[in-house]
Amino acid sequence: MSDFPRWKYALVALAMLFGIVYALPNAFVPLPAVQVTAANQGTPPVDGALRQKVADALAKEHIATDELVVQGDHLLATFANADVQKSGADAIKALLGDPYTVAFKLQSTVPGWLTAIHANSMPLGLDLQGGVHFLMQVDQSGVLDKLENSYADDIRSQLRGKNIRYESVTRSTVAGQGIVVVLRSAADRSSAADLIAGNSPDLAVTDGPSTGDRYVLYAAIKPTKLRDIALGTIKQNLATLRNRINALGVTEPLIQQQGEDHIVVELAGVQDPTKAKQLIGATATLEYRASDGYPGDARAVEAAQSGNIPPEDNLFYTSPNLGHLPVLVGKRAIVTGDQLVDASSGVDPNNGTPSVNVTLNASGASKMQDFTNNNVGKPMAVLLINTVYETSTVNGKEVRTPKTTTEVINDAQIQSPFGKQFSTNGLGSPKEASDLALLLKSGALAAPMDIVEQYVIGPSLGAENIRKGFDAVMLGLGLVLLAAAIYYKLFGLVADIALFFNLLILVAVMSMIGVTLTMPGIAGIVLTLGMAIDANVLICERVREELRNGSTPHAAIHAGYDKAWATILDANVTHLIAALALMTMGTGAIRGFGVTLGIGILTSMFTSVVMTHAFTALIHGRRKLKTLSV
Amino acid sequence: MEIFNHNSNIHFLRIRVFSVALAVVLMIASVAVIATRGLNYGLDFTGGVSLVVDYARPVQTGDVRDALDKGGIDNTVVQSVGGSREVSIRMQPTKAMLDAKGQVDLDKVASIVMQPLKAARSDATLKSRSSVSAEVGAELKSDGMVAAVFVILGIMAYLWIRFERRFAIAAVLTEIHDTLVTLGILALVRREFDMTVLASVLAVIGYSINDKVVVFDRIRELFRLARKAEPEEILNRSINSTLSRTIITSLFTGITMAALFFFGGQAVHNFAITMLIGIVVGTLSSIFVASPILLWLGVSKKDLMPVTRENPELARRP
Repeated sequence: MSDFPRWKYALVALAMLFGIVYALPNAFVPLPAVQVTAANQGTPPVDGALRQKVADALAKEHIATDELVVQGDHLLATFANADVQKSGADAIKALLGDPYTVAFKLQSTVPGWLTAIHANSMPLGLDLQGGVHFLMQVDQSGVLDKLENSYADDIRSQLRGKNIRYESVTRSTVAGQGIVVVLRSAADRSSAADLIAGNSPDLAVTDGPSTGDRYVLYAAIKPTKLRDIALGTIKQNLATLRNRINALGVTEPLIQQQGEDHIVVELAGVQDPTKAKQLIGATATLEYRASDGYPGDARAVEAAQSGNIPPEDNLFYTSPNLGHLPVLVGKRAIVTGDQLVDASSGVDPNNGTPSVNVTLNASGASKMQDFTNNNVGKPMAVLLINTVYETSTVNGKEVRTPKTTTEVINDAQIQSPFGKQFSTNGLGSPKEASDLALLLKSGALAAPMDIVEQYVIGPSLGAENIRKGFDAVMLGLGLVLLAAAIYYKLFGLVADIALFFNLLILVAVMSMIGVTLTMPGIAGIVLTLGMAIDANVLICERVREELRNGSTPHAAIHAGYDKAWATILDANVTHLIAALALMTMGTGAIRGFGVTLGIGILTSMFTSVVMTHAFTALIHGRRKLKTLSV
Repeated sequence: MEIFNHNSNIHFLRIRVFSVALAVVLMIASVAVIATRGLNYGLDFTGGVSLVVDYARPVQTGDVRDALDKGGIDNTVVQSVGGSREVSIRMQPTKAMLDAKGQVDLDKVASIVMQPLKAARSDATLKSRSSVSAEVGAELKSDGMVAAVFVILGIMAYLWIRFERRFAIAAVLTEIHDTLVTLGILALVRREFDMTVLASVLAVIGYSINDKVVVFDRIRELFRLARKAEPEEILNRSINSTLSRTIITSLFTGITMAALFFFGGQAVHNFAITMLIGIVVGTLSSIFVASPILLWLGVSKKDLMPVTRENPELARRP
């Protein structure tokens, strides 16, 4: 054992142990289960009585359960297989109805001592185990509201700028007619029409009825522009959802536009639909607006009491931790959340309160720069806008209505002009600041979304395909092991053992860092194994060459490993560069594949060089050799 | 056991004009095929239609898939949704499902899909139908491009540092050849190009570079060992002495992919076939294309000698 240091033997033994222990959880097949939780606060709690009711109902339908237990606030029923699980869920749903959420779950059977050392099985992807499905409706009307309001403001200021006297500029109550401008004379109307058409090419201007001294002018947003906006809205929502889901680490999601205003999201292995809902449906966004006075000043208090709000302002309240004071804020936003490119939470160095540091994109930065240049010494308000959906029952039907809350989280004097980067403080807690930063960072939704449908889906590949895939993997692996043993004899057998441990260690590492296993991922594992043998082929061919050149067996082994190592290193580093690119740039299946490939290259370098060398040294080490079995 | 004669001395470089010309022709043909026929993008890239079908009695997704296959509708994604009596079907619309303007006609889709389903099980009813967008957004496609460029630059940089400039150029040129020809064959046989195939094409890049580096490594070694080094002879000897490993490795990797291809089922079919094509193309180009390019770039012994301390250039520096 002279040429192989003891610490390397120890390392190899440790790696083998690690591989066995951390790959082990994957051998425990999770049981299909159904979880029952109370859907609302008014629902009777999940307890023994409910358990009995469910047990009776299942017994009546002759559906066998493995286990039926109350765990904390939920009831868990496990079944022998997915088919029984489905009929079980159907029966429980029929029995309990709406007040309870009946969800599918996969109950882990990994023993406690393994989970205690953080040895868990690999989560399976959508294609292998299914997941939760959400259908979300994008509320386009909010975008239209905002756009029409801003056009109305534009028209007002244009008319004022050109000294054209108008009676009113309001949004039409008739859908599709956009903005109604009422002027005093026919001459005013035609010059207003020219002005609006000239300045806003997206508006179609038509004359309305004229009575006495009321001359009506309609300015409607052109249908092509409306279509562009609708497309842009859904595109931005899709991109935002992708960012959020990627940021939260759910791998291999499916995110798709369906029809004109729906988005489908499918998440693998998510067992708690309510939590998933919170993270993908959140619609907080920031808006920066000119403030008309300060929180709680006399005008704002008077406006709040009398209800007489100046036409160019909105009345909002500051957040509770700023005292819930009324404040008058301009109607137009200087910068909105969708112009934000980055956000991080921190602590304001001046006053020690939690803050969010924000970076704007170029157009947002220039708008902010312009505004703050011209308004030093004046106040600016930061609004936090949240949309939540409330369910109410109207005429026996469930109706979901959006409810938007807007609060002022900061209203301070502009000290000096700023542009691209700045921070906002006035948040209640560091947690609030970091949550907001995460939401802002993952982008703002262009329009609020509501989850209209939610259910559990089965695996898209089906049991048969999964079984076929598994069989093919085993067959391919078996053939390679056999071929290597035949072609390289003893050295081939050693390589085979190393290859087997390579699989174990690869699976162990993937389980430990929680890589989602999908069908392409399995293909990646097979490919890695196929290529891992390359290092051993290189070594064996080198050993043969050395033997042919007349080296002694010990010298041949030594030179074989030595000379092959340089090649293996070069070949694997270049290969690793490719895997790294897949990992960092790709998403979804590509990323999963890249991760598998990258880990596989590293583990195979260890097993095929260090591990086989240890075995070879152990076998041949002390003996005097005449020939080598290679 | 040895399959290959270890004393082989096939003169691979003698046919270099022919082999490289063939490679160039294949590359041009591939570009032409991709440009004219295009890749047959799958559901992930193009989007398609989605239907939800209700059954009066519980149904297995496998049966639904079989019924669709029998009706001539293949490449579908069938999932059970919500319980045992509802399935979702996602697929790309076929020609028959488009209207006169080439737009998807959802009524046609519904009738074409429901026909075989009804024939197999009379209790099937259509619950909803809609069109779905591509799963891979435009930004993901551009990310793929960035990844490819990053791979090429990264590999070039590494080979430049570890070997020499000419090796980096030769590797990247053959790399581009292998990728294009693989894509060209995919376009020619109209294989569906989906996310797994994209992953597979990127894996081909990794495989083929691995293969080339082994030969390059031997070239460097032989140049350094040889006293009198005629580049053509050194290159030829390098190919010959790594030949058995090149083919054995291709064979071993090929075996695993062939097992996936023949027995792995529909889900890994496209992945395996792409990989098989890539392995063949990559192996051939390692033997016949990479080294001639290196020769034409003018690689020589003195480019590869390790920089020594006795270098007078270094001694003169302060």
